[in-house]
Amino acid sequence: MLKRLKYHIAVFFSVIGPGFITAVVDNDAGGIFTYSQAGAKYGYLPLWTLLPITLLLIVTQEMCSRMGAVTGKGLSDLIREEFGLRTTFFVMALLLLANLTNVMANFAGIASSLGLFTVSKYISVPLAAAAVWFLILKTDYQRIEKIFLFACSLYICYIVSGILVKPDWKEAAIYSVRPVLMLDSGYITMLIAMVGTSVAPWMQFFLQVAVVEKGITAKGYAESRIEVIVGCIVMSVIAFFIIVSCAGAIWSNGPRDIVDAADAAEALKPFGQYAFLLFCAGLLNASVFAACILPLSTAYTVCEGLGFESGVNRRFNEAPVFYWLITLLIVIGGGVVLLPNFPLVQMILLSQVINGMLLPLVLIFMTILVNKQYLMKEWTNSRVYNFVAWTAVAVMIGLTVGLVGISLQDLLRSK
Amino acid sequence: MVSDNVLFCTELIGLRVYDTRGRRLGRVKDAALVPIINPARVDRFLVGGGWTWLTVRFDQVRSISLDGIYLRDEKLTPYHSDEYMLRIVRDLLDQQIIDALGRKVVRVTDVTFQIKPMEGHTQLDVLEVDIGMRSIFRRLAQGVIPPSWVRKIQKPIGPNSIGWEYCNIVEPDPQRRLRLNISNVALEKMHPADLADIVEELGPDDREAIIETIDPEVAADALSEMDVDIQASILESLETERAAEIIEEMSPDEAAHVLAELEEETSSEILEELTEESKSEVSELFEHRDHTAGAMMTTEYVSLPENATVQDAIEVLRQDEEMLEVLNTVFLVDAEEAPVAAVPLAKLFIAPGSHPLKDLAPDTLLRVTVTESENRVTDIFDKYNLLTLAVVDADRKLVGVITADDVISVLKQK
Repeated sequence: MLKRLKYHIAVFFSVIGPGFITAVVDNDAGGIFTYSQAGAKYGYLPLWTLLPITLLLIVTQEMCSRMGAVTGKGLSDLIREEFGLRTTFFVMALLLLANLTNVMANFAGIASSLGLFTVSKYISVPLAAAAVWFLILKTDYQRIEKIFLFACSLYICYIVSGILVKPDWKEAAIYSVRPVLMLDSGYITMLIAMVGTSVAPWMQFFLQVAVVEKGITAKGYAESRIEVIVGCIVMSVIAFFIIVSCAGAIWSNGPRDIVDAADAAEALKPFGQYAFLLFCAGLLNASVFAACILPLSTAYTVCEGLGFESGVNRRFNEAPVFYWLITLLIVIGGGVVLLPNFPLVQMILLSQVINGMLLPLVLIFMTILVNKQYLMKEWTNSRVYNFVAWTAVAVMIGLTVGLVGISLQDLLRSK
Repeated sequence: MVSDNVLFCTELIGLRVYDTRGRRLGRVKDAALVPIINPARVDRFLVGGGWTWLTVRFDQVRSISLDGIYLRDEKLTPYHSDEYMLRIVRDLLDQQIIDALGRKVVRVTDVTFQIKPMEGHTQLDVLEVDIGMRSIFRRLAQGVIPPSWVRKIQKPIGPNSIGWEYCNIVEPDPQRRLRLNISNVALEKMHPADLADIVEELGPDDREAIIETIDPEVAADALSEMDVDIQASILESLETERAAEIIEEMSPDEAAHVLAELEEETSSEILEELTEESKSEVSELFEHRDHTAGAMMTTEYVSLPENATVQDAIEVLRQDEEMLEVLNTVFLVDAEEAPVAAVPLAKLFIAPGSHPLKDLAPDTLLRVTVTESENRVTDIFDKYNLLTLAVVDADRKLVGVITADDVISVLKQK
């Protein structure tokens, strides 16, 4: 009995990585901004959304990791095999665009978090870009994964800074389980943004490839599923602390809009040097982390889907497309942040629009694929699970379309 | 460059088919090979027109060009699926194949055919499988831009193709492998390390299919080059007898290593299937704890009595030619089987046959016990620049040998 338990624990540690990293990195610069904004403007009220967000995340992530484990193939591979080249090309083109803007947002996150320490963005961004480039291209994936897991553990910054702010825990507990709906357009927009940003198309591709690369098979899947679920819960816990720290620090002193995540960090200053430092460190860590993962996962996905050689263990001349994609994503993503008057906010809104157009496609493809008997054998969705999955997909699509509408509106207004 | 006697699959699909009197019958939907009859010739064209698909046999075609396919015979039969057919669009396009020449797994984007005028009819032979940018462009432009323009526009893009004779189709179903006449000859000729890389890149079903059907000796060599987790998952998916057959061909230390990774039930089932000799060798190694000299060593080595001559050594080596590929040291043992000297193999070449082996060995013999730690072993290899190291048990008897490649494996895993 004890031996079996030991075996399961050992297997669990051998599969840890993909699910955890994917879910946690979901809280990138953009995610942190959304949650900070929610807390700053509406306090504890939006906390209840975290529960359904966790569920949605678990359902969508679980299907991908299961497909990876059973078929041993990435999502872009499967889309190519089942839906043909043209569809794949279209999906990959959108993904590339959306992720490029995501990379920009995260380099902007690096610039603004270090800007709080009066480091010029003309120093911080090029340095970070060079560091990211070297880390991705000069390290093998096993080591990168360990570094990523370490980066995941640094998210604890948010938990500590949340505690330092001494928010109203009773309120936080109550509103975590009490849904509050108000017919306030700002509030509804906020809720949609929170849910809409929680599942991004790139995550599905990255998770599945990471599961395959890790060598997880159908046999080790039980443990892998637990890992995915734990990862999603951790992601929500971090989001919870971001919201409560902004609620405690900003909302309780007077609700207001914040400009960016660094603005939220600034507001934490009265609660001591540490609360501020930790919030900044968290933002920096999250931005660097996402700036590493996004180019890597984009290059993998696009190359696999279109049949180019890929993988960091190949040489530059063996996989030129792969390396060029990574390099260009980093150079362009970091470069535009340095351009004066670059319309970054518009780009981020645009990225939400593209992501929102892509996500329904990806989710529908995924759910169709996971139900194909010849691919998944006995691992297809059960009837009940399918009902849940399609409902989750429908909800996600509905909310994302809502977010696209809002983003388009903002985009047009800002012009 | 693209000449007139080739046709791409992207051009073939959608090509109009006309009967003997020039009436349009429909458009080409797919083309099928029957590899068991001819590995490259398109045997049937599947033509969609009206309600059903029709089958055009290769010898019913008068001419093929970008203008269309003209038939010379009108007795067409309705299409029905057939297990012996390899359909280009359904089974080949967008799927993975193994490029035996480039030794990698690639994804098919397009197929190039050669138009071959024969006596009375015209046939298409598969010439190459296309991958890369140029074929991606053709796929995206297919049906949007006229084919003659596509040919012009694609010129500046470099071609990237694999000769059909080097393409190995990946098919997990063993029955269908037979029907499609898929052989493993090209894979078996590859270096085991290359084959291992290819197999690792495929999904679990395809991995099993290859290891299941390939020559067990090749399978064992390739498996030994793979990540131990993948070795374990492949062996677990095989029939016990097949797994045992492969384990049998592995060196005892590799075998013990992978068996230790399997679930206890599976590994004991496999052990039961082994021959008595391998079983005792492997289970002996199995006893040793992880990260010790015992777990690193192999029990395949050559030992001779301490008074043996060069001639004796050569006699012994003749009996086991397979081992010569990796052997670089011969050990001398005393009456109690304790090692007394290690003779470098190269010394045998220059010594006369009657020369005692003992004189050829360096003065000191290094040895470790089975319980010695991995780290200590690698230190010794580094310090004394060794190729092999003798391993002794508690009674000082020679029980195994650690070679430099065992040390490299250990270091690589760190």
